[in-house]
Amino acid sequence: MSELKIRVLIAKPGLDGHDRGAKVVARALRDAGMEVIYTGLRQTPEMVAEAALQEDVDAVGLSILSGAHMALVPRVIELLKANRQEHVKVFLGGIVPDEDVPVLLQLGVIGIYGPGTLSETYVKDIRKAVKAAHA
Amino acid sequence: MTDLDLVQAVLAGDRLALARTLTYVENGTEQGKAALSGLFSHTGNAHLVGITGASGTGKSSLVNQLARHYRQPGDGELPRRVAVVAVDPTSPFTGGAILGDRIRMRDLAGDPGVFIRSMATRGSLGGIAFATAEVVQVLDAAGYDMILIETVGAGQSEVEIAHLAHTTVVVEAPGLGDDIQAIKAGILEIADVLVVNKADLAGVENTERALRGSLDLAHPLPQHFRHHAYQERVPGWDDKTELPELIWEPPILRTVAIDGTGIPGLAGAITAHRLHLDASGGWVLRERWRLQTELDMLLTSRLLEGFRSRLPAGVYEQALEDLLGRQLSPFQAVEKLVDMVV
Repeated sequence: MSELKIRVLIAKPGLDGHDRGAKVVARALRDAGMEVIYTGLRQTPEMVAEAALQEDVDAVGLSILSGAHMALVPRVIELLKANRQEHVKVFLGGIVPDEDVPVLLQLGVIGIYGPGTLSETYVKDIRKAVKAAHA
Repeated sequence: MTDLDLVQAVLAGDRLALARTLTYVENGTEQGKAALSGLFSHTGNAHLVGITGASGTGKSSLVNQLARHYRQPGDGELPRRVAVVAVDPTSPFTGGAILGDRIRMRDLAGDPGVFIRSMATRGSLGGIAFATAEVVQVLDAAGYDMILIETVGAGQSEVEIAHLAHTTVVVEAPGLGDDIQAIKAGILEIADVLVVNKADLAGVENTERALRGSLDLAHPLPQHFRHHAYQERVPGWDDKTELPELIWEPPILRTVAIDGTGIPGLAGAITAHRLHLDASGGWVLRERWRLQTELDMLLTSRLLEGFRSRLPAGVYEQALEDLLGRQLSPFQAVEKLVDMVV
């Protein structure tokens, strides 16, 4: 195989049940030639990190519309580190207030993509970040 | 990490090393080949169970329930370490895939005795990926005793799983077709165990009757396997003697995967099939058959590679042009190319 496949986990941690956005992103990444592992609703950060480990993904996309991102995202990043998966890129979708954005980026999140984001934007960002991690 | 370190880490139960190795193997990298060579002597212990059937019959939910059962078997049985390999299709247009089997397997989260890996078919049409057999070898070496291999939603001819698994479970559900579907060649022929899932739905009797009818029409044969259409028989089998213990008749079981109804019975049938394979010599035969297939495949690609590198430059391309121009038939082209090297 000449070109390595990018594998992405799309997860919905927390309690909100709105997974339309997550499915749209999963589909867009599939159409960009990536392998997308979709976990379904109501995942704990522990479940997300475990799936990321077993599937050896390059990136994890978290969709959160419940407002709990400041609790869930740092926890997922912490667990990925504990599993020696520092190289895994984390990106977010859903509703994130502007004032939280710098804090999350500081934690290492590569991008936050709210409603209306063009799929080209995150496809490009993910490709670039994964390529950099492999280099 | 060196190749040797990786192998040692996998054998020591390092889950990240295992996940990494599976990626290398799936991508066919040199690290993957080195790891497979290092791990191979540790394989051959796991019971490989294939779960196949049409889309929407409940394969993922059944795998979830079976894995739960093996983790908490009850009746004083010891829990088994379970690996799941779940295959979903790759898009023929973009090369991307959505792997969604984990959605139905959330009950297994948090259990260190379970390892779930999703795979895309990456162009393979047989219902599993080209690298599935190798991924399974790595999991076998890593000490998983039960390996459940879930195929893509399979219709009639996705029968590759029977070449890989020791025990093939074919899952049906009520309302999916008339009884002529059940006597066509293909997927029903490979079943060691037949399951009618969603058995709480109307029409379960009809589905079961159609399956039973199709099995009754089949003349029970001793375990045999086709390698390039050659038949092999269980050693000791003689057409004139009846050896009923060598004949396995696939049981038909009802399950309701969402609430776990019928799961202990299914696990029991899978165990019974394993015991049958041990007693009849079928286990060894299947192993030998599978390894021969793998050997032939690797040998073919290696020889082709070596052969092409020995041809003078441009000759292969010229032969292809001659084929396109209909100046040579494919048989003549092969003769010409082989004569040049041999």
